[in-house]
Amino acid sequence: MLAKRIIPCLDVKNGRVVKGIHFVGLRDAGDPIEQARWYAEQGADEVTFLDITASVEARGTLLHMVERVADSIFIPFTVGGGVRSADDFRDLLRAGADKASINTAAVTKPQIISECAEKFGSQCVVVAIDAKKSSNVMPPALSKAKGETSSEKSGAHWQVSTHGGRKETGWDAIAWAREVERLGAGEILLTSIDRDGTQSGYDLELTRAIVKAVNIPVIASGGAGTLEHFYTALSEGQADAVLAASLFHDRVMSIGEVKQYLAARGVCIRK
Amino acid sequence: MRDTRYAICEMLAIIDYGMSNLRSVRHAFEYLGAEARIVDSPREVERARALVLPGDGAFGPAMENLNAFGWLEPFYAAIARGVPFLGICLGMQLLFETSEENGAHQGLGILRGSVKKFPRAAGKIPQIGWNQLQIKSSSRFLAGVSQNAFAYFVHSYYCDARDENVIAARTEYGVSYASVVEAGNVWGAQFHPEKSGADGLTMLRNFLALAAGETAELRPET
Repeated sequence: MLAKRIIPCLDVKNGRVVKGIHFVGLRDAGDPIEQARWYAEQGADEVTFLDITASVEARGTLLHMVERVADSIFIPFTVGGGVRSADDFRDLLRAGADKASINTAAVTKPQIISECAEKFGSQCVVVAIDAKKSSNVMPPALSKAKGETSSEKSGAHWQVSTHGGRKETGWDAIAWAREVERLGAGEILLTSIDRDGTQSGYDLELTRAIVKAVNIPVIASGGAGTLEHFYTALSEGQADAVLAASLFHDRVMSIGEVKQYLAARGVCIRK
Repeated sequence: MRDTRYAICEMLAIIDYGMSNLRSVRHAFEYLGAEARIVDSPREVERARALVLPGDGAFGPAMENLNAFGWLEPFYAAIARGVPFLGICLGMQLLFETSEENGAHQGLGILRGSVKKFPRAAGKIPQIGWNQLQIKSSSRFLAGVSQNAFAYFVHSYYCDARDENVIAARTEYGVSYASVVEAGNVWGAQFHPEKSGADGLTMLRNFLALAAGETAELRPET
């Protein structure tokens, strides 16, 4: 059986790992290579790096880091942050990343998704969607996607935001998810901005709504605080993978513990 | 820590025919102590002590590239000489006779069978992630890998092998398909051993042992 994946996420800035709570208040927490290796040994199924360096000049530092990671671990890893063009995307793959994730650029010019999917294959194109509960949403601009724009039963709405939740698009997250699939995304990294950093649990309603809207894997992110949270994201939330940062980072719990717990509750995971 | 045992494997050629990022495959072999080289000229096949055919992407363009740049004859000759040959992912699929990916295509025809698209009911396509190996025989490639071990897969098409006896492991994803094939010196893995953690490295080490002329210790069937 295909296993549910447990993915630790490392926020990196200038080639160093930092940690974010609500995307503000970062603090240095170590060397990316050491961290990645440690997580791989712990049984992480993948590792995700999110580069939060703002400057374009620091791109070289990131690529060098990606090369060093590729030389250090033998499990897949994804790199996101600052991908503005298909060239940026290609640079990450060439440096050794297995997948790259696009967030802001996907919103500002959605054709970058199809361009990358055509050039490099859908399997390596991850679109990150930052979603925030909202009472007022509209379909994404340029959208050809039809269908429901909200969670059918509850009528809940989430809107797509960028820049770590600081900028709002007004777009409906469900319609946007369908659109990115249509454009060729191979996977969605779904972050609940409301839950991120709160450790109050993944947004199950949001996760389930997105999973039901598309036929590509969805990684749930934002809000993990307990072992139970991982379980509910995969069962009730129906996510294909769960991502967490600070919980693993601060060693509140290990990936091994999460996997043991999930296995005991009957979830198919890689031992 | 580098394993120096397989430094003997002087020339492991990783075939670059424009279809994938070869860095991680090369790095995994180098990590295991092999002198792995990415080669983009069919002439270099002759000197190779072992051949690795990786690949992501579509079957048709891959065969077109292999044909256009003259790789086929050197491959057949090397295989006939007994040079160990490992196909990874698309590289394994290319070993078969035909593929139905975007039309009908001829493959290398080294193994009997065809490459088919996963049925819609299988689940999300492509299959991305860790799936299990139901090991069928005491294959040399899988020596030291336990029954139901997980490996990392990324693919939309699967190999429907006609000869049951070349199937060393099967995997389930809507259908039960050949995930490891082994026919003499020709081996294939549908998953990415270079991304499959410790078990994947064990498999690549087994391939190097074959290339170095050692007999990998056979694992008793479980």
